[in-house]
Amino acid sequence: MRSHALIALLAGAALVGCQREERQARPSPVGSETQEQVALAPLSPGEPGPTTYTSGKAKEFEGNAYHLSQGKKLFVWFNCNGCHGSGGGGMGPALMDDRWIYGGSIENIVQTIREGRPNGMPSFRGRVPDDQIWELAAYVRSMSGNAPSSAAPARSDSLHSHPAENRQSPSPPIAGGIVPPSAEKPQ
Amino acid sequence: MSDAATASRDLRDTGLDGPVLNTRLACVWGTPKGVIGWLSSVDHKVIGRRYIITAFLFLFLGGLTAIVMRLQLAQPENKLVGPDTYNQLFTMHGSTMMFLFGVPIGEAMAVYLVPLIVGTRNIAFPRLNAFSYWVYLFGGMFLWVSFLLNIGPDVGWFAYVPLSGPEYSPGKRADVWAQMITFTELSGLAVAIEIIVTVLKQRAPGMSLDRIPLFVWALFVNSFIIIFALPAVMIASTFLILDRLIGTQLFNPAEGGDALLFQHLFWFFGHPEVYIIFLPGTAFVSAIIPTFARREIFGYLALVLSLIATGFLSFGLWVHHMFTTGLPQLGAAFFTASSMLIAIPNGLQIFCWIATLWDGRPVWRTPLLFVCGFFFIFVAGGLSGIMLASVPIDTQVHDTYFVVAHFHYVLIGGNVFPLLAAIYYWFPKFTGRMMSERLGRWNFWLAFIGFNVAFFPMHISGLMGMPRRVYTYGPEMGWGDLQLLSTAGALMLFASFVVFLWNVVASVRGGEVAGSNPWGAGTLEWAAASPPAPQNFDHIPFVTHREPLWAERSGLPVVTGLSTRHRELVVSSVAEAEPQLRETSPAPSIWPLIAALAVGATFIGSIFTPHAVLWGAPPIAAALTGWFWPKNTPEDEE
Amino acid sequence: MRTRVWSRHVLLLSSALLLTGCNLVQSPLNPVSPQARDLLWLFWIFSAVLAAIWLAVMLALLMSLRARRDVGTDPLAADPHRESRATMLVAGLAVATGLTVLVLTGLSFAGQRRLFGNETAAVTIRVLGHQWWWEFQYEDPDPSRRFNTANEIHVPVGQPVLIKLESTDVIHSFWVPSLMGKVDLIPGRQNILRFTAERAGIYRGQCAEFCGLQHAKMGMLVVVDEPEAFAQWRDAQVQPRLEPATDEARAGEQAFVAAPCSMCHQVRGTGAAGRNGPELTHVGSRRTLAAGTLPMSRGNLAAWIVDPHGIKPGVNMPLVKLDPGELNTISAYLEGLK
Repeated sequence: MRSHALIALLAGAALVGCQREERQARPSPVGSETQEQVALAPLSPGEPGPTTYTSGKAKEFEGNAYHLSQGKKLFVWFNCNGCHGSGGGGMGPALMDDRWIYGGSIENIVQTIREGRPNGMPSFRGRVPDDQIWELAAYVRSMSGNAPSSAAPARSDSLHSHPAENRQSPSPPIAGGIVPPSAEKPQ
Repeated sequence: MSDAATASRDLRDTGLDGPVLNTRLACVWGTPKGVIGWLSSVDHKVIGRRYIITAFLFLFLGGLTAIVMRLQLAQPENKLVGPDTYNQLFTMHGSTMMFLFGVPIGEAMAVYLVPLIVGTRNIAFPRLNAFSYWVYLFGGMFLWVSFLLNIGPDVGWFAYVPLSGPEYSPGKRADVWAQMITFTELSGLAVAIEIIVTVLKQRAPGMSLDRIPLFVWALFVNSFIIIFALPAVMIASTFLILDRLIGTQLFNPAEGGDALLFQHLFWFFGHPEVYIIFLPGTAFVSAIIPTFARREIFGYLALVLSLIATGFLSFGLWVHHMFTTGLPQLGAAFFTASSMLIAIPNGLQIFCWIATLWDGRPVWRTPLLFVCGFFFIFVAGGLSGIMLASVPIDTQVHDTYFVVAHFHYVLIGGNVFPLLAAIYYWFPKFTGRMMSERLGRWNFWLAFIGFNVAFFPMHISGLMGMPRRVYTYGPEMGWGDLQLLSTAGALMLFASFVVFLWNVVASVRGGEVAGSNPWGAGTLEWAAASPPAPQNFDHIPFVTHREPLWAERSGLPVVTGLSTRHRELVVSSVAEAEPQLRETSPAPSIWPLIAALAVGATFIGSIFTPHAVLWGAPPIAAALTGWFWPKNTPEDEE
Repeated sequence: MRTRVWSRHVLLLSSALLLTGCNLVQSPLNPVSPQARDLLWLFWIFSAVLAAIWLAVMLALLMSLRARRDVGTDPLAADPHRESRATMLVAGLAVATGLTVLVLTGLSFAGQRRLFGNETAAVTIRVLGHQWWWEFQYEDPDPSRRFNTANEIHVPVGQPVLIKLESTDVIHSFWVPSLMGKVDLIPGRQNILRFTAERAGIYRGQCAEFCGLQHAKMGMLVVVDEPEAFAQWRDAQVQPRLEPATDEARAGEQAFVAAPCSMCHQVRGTGAAGRNGPELTHVGSRRTLAAGTLPMSRGNLAAWIVDPHGIKPGVNMPLVKLDPGELNTISAYLEGLK
């Protein structure tokens, strides 16, 4: 009797973790990219804020440990750290903070990677498969602590160049964006 | 004056005998009725039985994973399970068999039998015993529930870093593995301590060191190995959790750590671990052979010294698991020498056992069959181990099916076959019924033939280049036929366990009724009833010989003077077992279960957040406070 | 001299095994280097001695289980004469065990010394283990003669080869049983392995340390060439890619560079310069695909590209969206990269 209760308790706790541990060794066939209608600004006439439409694909990636760790691998493989450093920025803006020029939700980040952005962000559409763009976006979110700490990657197996993502306190994106650094400095 | 004298005599067992004494002691020593009573039992026999049944449950679960793996490998490019599931299966198989069955079953048999064989009423630290069982159960359930919910570990039973590290094992799967180890090792350490103290301080008066049966010696040495080896793996697994949870750099070469550190820590435990699994097998064999050869064991001193030598030497072999890691050759050569050296005490044991059989009269019952199976299989495994001890040969066969064959030969031959012999042997003592001989023979031959058909071809598969831990292989490699043969053998081996289970279940109710000594054996447990009364012995026996029941044919001399009002047992000196004091033994208590729950919750929580240790500490402290609160047990003044 | 006689016997024995139909393409029983032959010789010696010991022990066990005739019913009665004889026998056997162990240890030490020599190498290859493929870098004092390849190496017959082993992620193990025992690739350290192949041929190896989802399919080929053939192969590998010969292949090259392929793979002489996956500059010249999993052919290339996870579930190569025309041309192009 005692053991039944215990099993139920554990099952409950663990079911929550199921999504975290899901691993598709064989992902579904590639379709075209998902449709995400995001807003780059927080303003719109009247109440409430901008109308956005998301495909819902984020749920599959956001709290999934495997996708987050793949995103971390791809961040280095596709040389994102060449401009963004290990999240602290360089030629490109920092990704670990709460300031997002083009929006900090996962769909915004996906669109950023797909489309590229003025002042230096390349467009990766057609160069990086869509599922991998989602993995990268989920990982980028985890850099500012916006992924569940049980799923977020822990310390890397290389030089300690940035705090482990699972120990970052969450910094939710601040709405409204900021003036990009390139517009602040003289040309 | 005479009233007081009569009154004091009634408090003790001196003048009492027969059913009066028996019922009074059973009342004092028995487990209370009801669910709470069952959960709070501190009787080593009740806990030992639970341990044995739970360990066998894990054996079956581990066997099921093995069957699925073998079905997957029976054919090349089979699609029964994919790589992810297969990796989880072999991780669960290894972890279950090594941590949840191999070590606990030896401890389980020790917990049940050692107090009976040394002639005492209960194991030392009975509440710790109860606690250790619950911690073991929770650890095993934690691992298996995780596996069934698809959060099980998939990094192999020895989980090398960096594969099990934070970067290459995302999520919590590897943490489940690491924390399960903490559970089972805590449980193992607790039982080891109890066994050592029981053997050193609670032996029946007169059982000097050279009259201790070899069964007890083997489990005593085993407990020392446990105490020195288990902390190493607890450290390894805890370091792994620290790296994964809070970002320590212990195994990160880029920041000053070392991937090989994990291997050293793990194998410093891992090699003694296999002796922890083997030594109970030697205990069983040393107990069974004299009874079934109808003579005293040959070479008692040599066997005791071999056990002690094995215990020490087993700590000097661990690098033979790491011969291919690029360690300096001179160091590796040292470990070749020490790994071969341990063949001498092991060989001595084999020679002494065979000498006992040679000079005796074999009694052909199932236990002896399984002991013969042990000789056949374990000696073959040990000799293939000599091959593996050589660095050059190891570089070719390490991490191939040759090694898989080797360790199954030594582990199944050295632990499982003696274990089955032991169950057939002591089943009458545990339950009061004999197991069926007919089913026993079926059990043995299915197991023996099935095992050899399954595992001998694996030597050849390894020599044909098949590595370990592969979920499939190409048809062009030519391994398919041998793998199919191995699968057939594995199915036969599994069938033998089904027969065993059937035999157990049928015999518990319907087996032939057994007296207290159906085999005519010589050691003390056969003086107790079958099954033993809660107090084990109505009077503590006095021991004059290594085989007390054979030496004292007309009845065992006994020691009197223990209380019949509360739980008392005799504490004796370490070397000569002279009685020193009457010691109160704890009454049943629910606190071990509560403490185990608190500890379990803390362990499980701590893989998610370090704060769990903080939040778990008060409940554990509260439970321990309840446990140790003085009970005001009346001590006898006289 | 004695070693020569022994090694001939060993070769005969293993050839006999080959003839019986045992597939020994990846087997220590098929040695083609002095190192592997030494290992096999040592293995057979140990097997013979230990098998004899096992038989002796089983014989003793059988004999001990014969029913005794003159033993009384008292289990404690022991004839002191028999006891002392048995004691001497057992003590003698223990000493014999010790001596046997000593001899075997000595043989093992001698074998170990011969195995790990340090002759100067004619060819040096640096191996980087990845999850789940092999990267090989041929070293050379002249930097313009260095090149990378993946999953297949060629070495010359009769010349010592030095292999330097490193890992980029988890622990792997380099094992080509016909040539040498295995040595692990451990992140954070570099291990060394040497062998000299004595016979031309193709020998298969496989990763021998569990490294994750596709450990089972991380194979490699070692092709042992005559020195002239090796030199030709090496010169060809140093060159950038062969110009695509057909229109289809040209279209394939354009598609390859425009598609995600170029983000991970390198084809020297084009704009594709990714270093995350195996180098494909001369992929068509290799005999297998996907680390020894599939034989090289245009069809298999297409199958691999269109569904890598069907063949090796869990690999890092993603499913890439290509239309059928692109797939056709890219596989034609890659097949032509000899």
